Amino acid sequence: MNAPAITTPFDVDAIRSQFPALQQQVHGKPLVYLDNAATSQKPQCVIDAIDHYYSLDNSNVHRGVHALSERATQGYEGAREITAQFLNANSSKEIVFVRGTTEAINLIAQGYGRPRLKAGDEIIIGHIEHHSNIVPWQMLCEQTGAELKVIPVNDDAELQLDEYQKLLSDKTKIVSVGHVSNALGTINPIKQIAEMAHAVGAVVISDGAQATPHTKVDVQDLGVDFYAFSGHKVYGPTGIGALWAKAELLEAMSPYQGGGEMIKVVSLDGSTYNSIPHKFEAGTPNIAGAVGLGEALKWVQNIGLDNVAAWENELLAYGTERLSEFDGVRIIGTAARKASILSFVFDDAHAADVGSLIDRFGIAIRAGHHCAMPAMERFGVGATARASLAVYNTKADIDAFIEALEKTRNMLV
Amino acid sequence: MMIDTTAPTNSIEEAQAELIEEFGFFEDWMDRYQYLIDLGKKLADFPEDWRIQDYKIEGCQSQVWIKPAFDDGRLYFQGYSDSAIVSGLIAVITRVYSGRQPQEISSTPPEFIGAIGFTEHLSPTRSNGLHAMLEKIYSYARQPQEN
Repeated sequence: MNAPAITTPFDVDAIRSQFPALQQQVHGKPLVYLDNAATSQKPQCVIDAIDHYYSLDNSNVHRGVHALSERATQGYEGAREITAQFLNANSSKEIVFVRGTTEAINLIAQGYGRPRLKAGDEIIIGHIEHHSNIVPWQMLCEQTGAELKVIPVNDDAELQLDEYQKLLSDKTKIVSVGHVSNALGTINPIKQIAEMAHAVGAVVISDGAQATPHTKVDVQDLGVDFYAFSGHKVYGPTGIGALWAKAELLEAMSPYQGGGEMIKVVSLDGSTYNSIPHKFEAGTPNIAGAVGLGEALKWVQNIGLDNVAAWENELLAYGTERLSEFDGVRIIGTAARKASILSFVFDDAHAADVGSLIDRFGIAIRAGHHCAMPAMERFGVGATARASLAVYNTKADIDAFIEALEKTRNMLV
Repeated sequence: MMIDTTAPTNSIEEAQAELIEEFGFFEDWMDRYQYLIDLGKKLADFPEDWRIQDYKIEGCQSQVWIKPAFDDGRLYFQGYSDSAIVSGLIAVITRVYSGRQPQEISSTPPEFIGAIGFTEHLSPTRSNGLHAMLEKIYSYARQPQEN
């Protein structure tokens, strides 16, 4: 991230103390949680908001005529307002609640792509995408006869924009690139990617699952057409996320699933659909999840995303330095613009062994392909070990990680 | 290269009991892990050309192969993994099951796994991998044997 200065007060201990899950011991050692790219822990206020909702406000949303339904609707629609403001959307009508980024991308592929694409059309993605930004497009290609094109990356895991330029043509209908790589940490130049795609008339989608926890996102400034993120990676609950799209695109799209909530009038001869965003939210939604998400977004904005980015940058620089000093370690993903993700391999130890053994020292990291098998293949590895940092991590966490990593390696080789 | 077909001198029950006793020497689980890893380091060489689909175990995070050989009424196994922990698991499994008669293999449940504490101390994905390796050993034992 471009390093903004930390504004006071920024007190990592005070932030950390709000997370009950971080106060525990694992295998008799204090937990050091460095698996934040998989999911973040939740602050007490988010847990309390969900608890409060189920304890007092629980009811079904919309069309309610009683007090609880009114409160549930306010909570749910209030979360939509917060989400719209979080992304700097024009209106809360542009926010569709979904289960997470994966569902959002599938919704775009099937709701936008399927009726519009035909044989000969092209979809462009990056080489280091999460599977959720690969497989829905492969499915769409199978359904429509469109072709998938891939922007290559250099050895630092940066997208090669000159190659991207060569892929673009009037056949390009969709460009979908992750904002931040979950496996390798690269921050992709979405604004530039969007400008280049719009020049050939393609729509642009960005998967923001890894970006929203780490940096301020302004969808209007990015210039994309669709943006999606998952609540659980940004200190909110699992099972809730948001899709943002320009209102005119949502208006033009057909619903993705049919059922309750998404209709205006139903007769046995046919139905008319609700207005946006409700026509994309069939069935009783994840109300408690939305309430928790709204609380999480308020919480992170209260800290300030510039502060979050600045602190995580400092941690990333420190972690990179400590890990680089380590004999036999190769860091995979060395982009100049990177989020707080440290993916690495040992030349003489398997990532899964490193992950299993370091867990015994209380250190939670992830080992595997990180749902980005093409990215692993590009760098000639089957798996990496990955430490990913969040706002509540400290330099002491990184020291504990490095110390445990030394012990782990000594056991393995 | 050939798989070593020297018949074991102990029974399959004794082999299980010995492993339980050896791991029982270590109170701390880190020491047990270290012992497991050290056993894995002593596995015999497993040539590249044995690393084929027929011998591969699916369902593991790491790459694992187990090759059988039949000699004088007994089934022998040799295995390889790129993971040090899985290599250790191959070592303990082959100590129990390699060099036994097929019906002996089929009729012997892996009691040492639970007794040592692998079931509770390995991650679920590791346990799945261990289960997949045992299934492969059992399936070799169920097949008609040829010398």
